[in-house]
Amino acid sequence: MADSQIHVALAGNPNCGKTTLFNLITGANGYVGNWPGVTVEKKEAKLLSDKNVTITDLPGIYSLSPYSPEEQCSRDYLMSGEPDVVVQVVDATNLERNLYLALQVIETGLPVVVALNMADLVEKNGDKIDTDKLSKKLGCPVMMISALKNKGIKELFEQVKKSAASKGEVPEHKFDSSIEDVLDHIENNLPASVPANKRRYYAVKLFERDADACKLINLTKEKAARVEELVAQCEQDCDDDAESIITGERYGVIAHIIDECLTKAPAKMSTSEKIDRVVTNRILGLPIFVVIMFCVYYIAVSTLGGTVTDFTNDQLFGTDGWYVLGQGRDAYDAAVEAAGDDADSVDPAQYGPYVPGITTAVHDALVAGGTEDGGLVDSLVCDGIVAGIGAIMGFVPQMFLLFVMLSFLEDCGYMARVAFIMDRVFRRFGLSGKSFIPMLVTSGCGVPGVMATKTIENEKDRRMTVMTTTFIPCGAKLPIIALLMGSIIGDSSTTAAWISPLFYFLGVFAVIGSGLMLKKTKLFAGRPTPFVMELPAYHFPAIRSWALHVWERCWAFIKKAGTVIFASTVVVWFLSNFGSYNGSFGYLPAMDGISEEFMDYSVLAMLGNLVSWIFAPLGFSTWQATALSVSGLVAKENVVATAGSLLSVADAAETDPSLWTAFAGMFPTMGACVAFGAFNLLCAPCFAAMGAIRNQMDSGKWFAIAIGYECAFAWVIGLFINQFYNLLVLGQFGFWTVVAIVLLVAMLFQIFRPMPKHAWTDEDETNAASAAVSA
Amino acid sequence: MKTLGDVKVGESSTIVKLHGEGALRRHLMDLGLIKGTSFKVVKVAPLGDPVEINVRGYELSIRKEEAAVVEVQ
Repeated sequence: MADSQIHVALAGNPNCGKTTLFNLITGANGYVGNWPGVTVEKKEAKLLSDKNVTITDLPGIYSLSPYSPEEQCSRDYLMSGEPDVVVQVVDATNLERNLYLALQVIETGLPVVVALNMADLVEKNGDKIDTDKLSKKLGCPVMMISALKNKGIKELFEQVKKSAASKGEVPEHKFDSSIEDVLDHIENNLPASVPANKRRYYAVKLFERDADACKLINLTKEKAARVEELVAQCEQDCDDDAESIITGERYGVIAHIIDECLTKAPAKMSTSEKIDRVVTNRILGLPIFVVIMFCVYYIAVSTLGGTVTDFTNDQLFGTDGWYVLGQGRDAYDAAVEAAGDDADSVDPAQYGPYVPGITTAVHDALVAGGTEDGGLVDSLVCDGIVAGIGAIMGFVPQMFLLFVMLSFLEDCGYMARVAFIMDRVFRRFGLSGKSFIPMLVTSGCGVPGVMATKTIENEKDRRMTVMTTTFIPCGAKLPIIALLMGSIIGDSSTTAAWISPLFYFLGVFAVIGSGLMLKKTKLFAGRPTPFVMELPAYHFPAIRSWALHVWERCWAFIKKAGTVIFASTVVVWFLSNFGSYNGSFGYLPAMDGISEEFMDYSVLAMLGNLVSWIFAPLGFSTWQATALSVSGLVAKENVVATAGSLLSVADAAETDPSLWTAFAGMFPTMGACVAFGAFNLLCAPCFAAMGAIRNQMDSGKWFAIAIGYECAFAWVIGLFINQFYNLLVLGQFGFWTVVAIVLLVAMLFQIFRPMPKHAWTDEDETNAASAAVSA
Repeated sequence: MKTLGDVKVGESSTIVKLHGEGALRRHLMDLGLIKGTSFKVVKVAPLGDPVEINVRGYELSIRKEEAAVVEVQ
């Protein structure tokens, strides 16, 4: 501390207002970094009022046990020697459980300042906390603050600076004397290298048989045996195991402290309980949930969000251009209508304050600057780069709206209730109650859907949800479905109305089937995640945290996913515009005598031919079908447009019967056509969603697993459709029919077999436990 | 053995012993579910599982499956 730099660690339970405090004192200029080894976020930032103070926001935890990655990384940081002082944030409305972590943090021997947050709520409830007495009992300063109302923060940090100068003391609180005796003995057996203020902490950890601490201390064999003997004797005396003894002692100390320091007002029903009575009501709970989710979906995806996204895609970034505040739009539309076939000659700028689309503007600027109209540079910039960025930006408004609402639901406490209500349904598939929201959002757009998985704390659940959520057909896949329906049935409007839900069922089946299969694999093996969760009291979120929440998520998407999508779009542009024609390689549209269908000669066509054998068992082995799938990766709605250009049907739309016929002509059978559709709906999503998946997985390996699984699953389903169509309708039987049957049996086996032995089940444990009891 | 999962909505009881082992058991203990702790089952989710209990002055959601390791009076 020679340079008077102070490192402050912020510790506390989840939902104690730690993040609100962090954002308040640092002005939220923090950056998010990963702890080495585990994907747990820590945030670090300088204190606004004093740049010499660095604040580290630890993950919200309940204990310093060695079992969860969050708890492990918190204690590793606390014991690392970096923090000079710990601010232990305590939810003053829930002293008992919050003090449990506080005691453990105090035991680390670091200087601690306890910040009793939500002081305003305590006052409102009519409770009284004697901070002086509490401070004496805990052996560290205790300050009342309200992070939400910005009260007591200045005083808190004056105290923090004072405490940082101190060395830290041996904790004040004492357990039962019989336990203290044992702890004393263990302390005496600790090596001399353990400093005085840390001896207590390690004594307790050795008592608990904490594996990490044991490894760190590395006692000699005799001493380890001596300690084990002491602990075993104590366990026998107390008729309980070491962990339970310590936990019991801590809660005992707390009960004592609370008795003396807290005066509770007579209990009355809080607003939170009143709200909860209604929203998680046994009968009303589900309907209310459906209504709330419908509203979120309706606003973010269908109405407002959809409008803004269309505007961004077609007018701001597209070629349409727009009118400031819509002035002149009607006049222009009327003029276009009147002009009929000459619509292109109508100058939109005549009818109001017109701003051309960015694509048009860039194109015009390039041409004015002397670039060849429609040439290489023009095409790369407009069709490649601007279109690529536009594809990303189009999702931002929807995502913004969605995150505004989801972050609100999360911050106010409703999300925990959603998990409570939906858990029953989802855990059967190896998912949790919180997986519902991402799936729902994905039916609008996969990008915010994948991003919404951020609210799932558990890593396994989150990964499983990320992997499966894009199976649900998103809005951009609807044109593909319409095109398929048109090609198969010849009518997209009436019959498609009942057939398109089939593709939703396919999506839902893919999610459920994948969940059931994946949870039995090594990837997701191990104990099922316990779903023991606090249901925090409802409160109106701090506007600041709420806004920050939204901003962080949107920005993370723009920044990280943006680079991936951007690069990918340019690559696809290159692949489809470059190729060899007449023996020379180059930019195809500029070549002499090349036809409109220059893509036939592109690198994409070559690659398509190279890999099309993969799709032969699915019934579509032409390079065009492969190229369509590749264009689907840029954006799923591209499939229809690309089909139009590849099949030379000008200005094709999914409702165009000439496209249906041409499209159907690409496939030998109807089965192949449906297989193609199923493959494209289930395989890797568009680059934007893949960028989001990469972002959420935060690991190249898991990203590869997710995309690989999705493509493999889509291929297998496509195979089933084509082969079983051939077998059942056309009566053909061949090698691939056998493969399909084998795969189907394997899939059914994996879905219906019981959980394998290596996975832990509650049943076994309960049986073992009851056996032990009866013995 | 009567477990937490067997306690009816609106009823209170006291924990006798935590069975099981490892992360789940420790997590339950850290949340304050230890020998001698009294609690009340506040409600059950619309689909019958999980249950919400009030313990040590706060609300906790726990699956019946996991509640099975908590032996009660």
